[in-house]
Amino acid sequence: MLETEAGDRMSIASGSQVGRKNGYSQVPSKEVATMSRNMKLRWARAISLVIAGSLLMAGPAAAQEKAQWLPLLCYRTGPYAPGGSGICGGMEDYFDLINLKGGIDGVKLKWEECETAYSPPRGVECYERTKSEQGGCCVYHPISTGITYALMERASADKIPLTSIGYGRADAQAGGDIFPYVFPLVTTYWSQVTGKIGYIAQKEGGLDKLKGKKIALLYIDVAYGQETIPVLKALADKFGFELGLFPVPAPGLEQSAQWLDIKRRFKADWVINRNWGISCTVPLKEAARVGFPRDHIIGVWWCGSEEDVVPAGPAAKDYITTNFHGVGQNFPVIQEILENIYMKGKGNLPVTRVGTVYYNRGVIHGIITVEALRTAYKKFGPVPINGEQMKWALEHLNIDENRIKELGAEGFMPPLKTSPTDHEGGGWVRFQQWDGSKWVGISDWIPPMKELVQAEVKKSAAEYAAKKGQK
Amino acid sequence: MFYRETGVFKTTYARDMELFPIPLDKIGFTVGLVLAFLIIPLFASHYLLVGIFIPFLVFSLAALGLNILTGFAGQLSLGHAGFMAVGAYATVIMYNRYDVPLPVALLGAGVITSAVGSIFGLPSLRIKGFYLAVSTLAAQLIIEWVITHVKWISGGVYSTVDIKALEFMGWKIDTAAEKYYVALVIVVIMAVFAKNLVRSRIGRAWMSIRDMDVASEIIGISQFRYKVLAFAVSSFYAGVAGGLVVAVYYGSANIEEFHLMLSFEILGMVIIGGMGSVLGSFLGAGFITLLPIFIDLSISSITHNVVDLSKVFTPDLLANAKNMIFGAFIIFFLAVEPLGLARLWHTIKDYLRLWPFPY
Repeated sequence: MLETEAGDRMSIASGSQVGRKNGYSQVPSKEVATMSRNMKLRWARAISLVIAGSLLMAGPAAAQEKAQWLPLLCYRTGPYAPGGSGICGGMEDYFDLINLKGGIDGVKLKWEECETAYSPPRGVECYERTKSEQGGCCVYHPISTGITYALMERASADKIPLTSIGYGRADAQAGGDIFPYVFPLVTTYWSQVTGKIGYIAQKEGGLDKLKGKKIALLYIDVAYGQETIPVLKALADKFGFELGLFPVPAPGLEQSAQWLDIKRRFKADWVINRNWGISCTVPLKEAARVGFPRDHIIGVWWCGSEEDVVPAGPAAKDYITTNFHGVGQNFPVIQEILENIYMKGKGNLPVTRVGTVYYNRGVIHGIITVEALRTAYKKFGPVPINGEQMKWALEHLNIDENRIKELGAEGFMPPLKTSPTDHEGGGWVRFQQWDGSKWVGISDWIPPMKELVQAEVKKSAAEYAAKKGQK
Repeated sequence: MFYRETGVFKTTYARDMELFPIPLDKIGFTVGLVLAFLIIPLFASHYLLVGIFIPFLVFSLAALGLNILTGFAGQLSLGHAGFMAVGAYATVIMYNRYDVPLPVALLGAGVITSAVGSIFGLPSLRIKGFYLAVSTLAAQLIIEWVITHVKWISGGVYSTVDIKALEFMGWKIDTAAEKYYVALVIVVIMAVFAKNLVRSRIGRAWMSIRDMDVASEIIGISQFRYKVLAFAVSSFYAGVAGGLVVAVYYGSANIEEFHLMLSFEILGMVIIGGMGSVLGSFLGAGFITLLPIFIDLSISSITHNVVDLSKVFTPDLLANAKNMIFGAFIIFFLAVEPLGLARLWHTIKDYLRLWPFPY
């Protein structure tokens, strides 16, 4: 019954003012009303400063210059901190770079982190706290599957887009009425897995050579691990390879039985490593033990960071993973960040992390956010941008080759073109190999098998709508 | 002077048995209810309702459930997040697919969970203490496994089912305040029920089992009946809490929300709040769910109003410092009062009874 009005900063500090404001606005004499309201406001503000000290976030009026407010959900603590800190650090460094260059069409970016520790309740709290702060904002990157799912309903009701870049529900790329505010941008797990099969086919000498091959899916046995199974089954039917499923019980520290199975009984030609966190590293050691060639193991991108392979030592050499952005510092955009930020003694993270997988994943988050804002400004004029306008912008993103070159991101990111019914915008992936000390890109951008993915997306989205009772 | 038993004459049995014999307690409880039912929904902002009060209520209920089992009956459980998951999926399946009215769905979720909980409570007849903790840990893992693998429950590979729009007899429950009311009514009813239950014959039987199981068996208390009953009641609470998570908090049932860490957090709530205390469950839930938020808000308030901490510390250090402060608080409170916040409250009450004329 008492929705916080967007733009009403004070209502965050103390909801009581909203109620009182409504009450007093019925008093006939306007001056008296404003005077007493101001008094009350001052009192309420003083009290909330003293007692909570903290619920009052906004401080003095923030209207000095035009600024785009961006609340960020980050996790620098907890078990997945290496990923969270890298992504947030990279994204914020890119925002810094944009500000140093004068902002987006003169609008500076302003952001603040809210620590989620990768936990859904903390994420929900952060979202609710920040969504109407400073006039509210327009897009959230949860960087966590759990938080994405916990926010989907809310964000759709609030009309605020959520992105899930490289994670989350693959079927949300259908957009439309079923997933209006969810954007699994750049690529999804399903597109990725078709890319993987495409890559294997390249190595084997063509799609027709897949027939009779044996591909093992080694996956951590939780929802995330199982997500690609329907698409892989469809692929196996289509191309005639044999698919072996090897679940690893979470947390997946013990995988020797699966590897004996893969090597001795199933005799796999290729293994897809779909683990998560600490369980990503285990297969590399096990493969070394049973003598399975590492360059025939293809990891998901969440198993493809420096943090995943370094602990395996020499056993990780030649291991291949997918990725949806470049690695290393040899991109103009990363060089610019190094030059303008880190050389000046600033920067979000230790300089050694710049160019690592998670850092660059943050930079691609930054690029997409900034380009989406730019698109929104072009259509609606600069700030403030609300969620619906941002949705429009995310549905009309067009980052083509030329634009990528202008951004200094050639080879860093694939082209991206979205539409109201395509919330993914490309689905290209590339492959990288660990040479023992760093990741090296080993392929061009490989497109997904759109038709096959679309069929699965349609099926799954319809099922989702039906389960939810949406007709 | 004001907080005292003196002058309270128990002239009837009903008065002798009332929940709050001390007048000031009664007034305090009434004021609390008025605050919760009238003041908060009227004046709290949307953020306070959905970010603070609703999760606080929901997790209080879960902690209360575990407190019945651990604090009163003395049986340790590390499977309560799993039981909440059962309740969550049960609610969403009944409400979405079979159009069961919301209160019935929540109640049904409690009943189903309580059946599941009773089964996992059976080993408690043979094993005790830490060994029982390990066997309930198995409950957590088995429930997670079943939910992610049985597609009929989890609805596809994502193990996520969104609940459809809430409605009960034509009343559309869509604003934060309405959802808050749903949670509040259920929590108040169940808390009062728990408070009475633990004062009853059943509660006394539980406490005797907790304090010394051999002795209680000798005086004729059926271990089987009361241990399983404790598991049943406790998982009933967990199930309803899980249902509330779906209905009024997240809006979707997702297995990732009910992982093992949540089981530990609920146990932490019980330990910090005070074992064997209904009030303690609420204090503990408040401590675990709200204190990190409060620390977070305080630090950003300092950053905004006093000194920009992000210029002084690296973001990584700043984020971890919040956890360190939180950890320090836990150690501080447990060092000051190992029996929990509820015990602290009791100490204050005892002090107040004599104030200002102590012996």
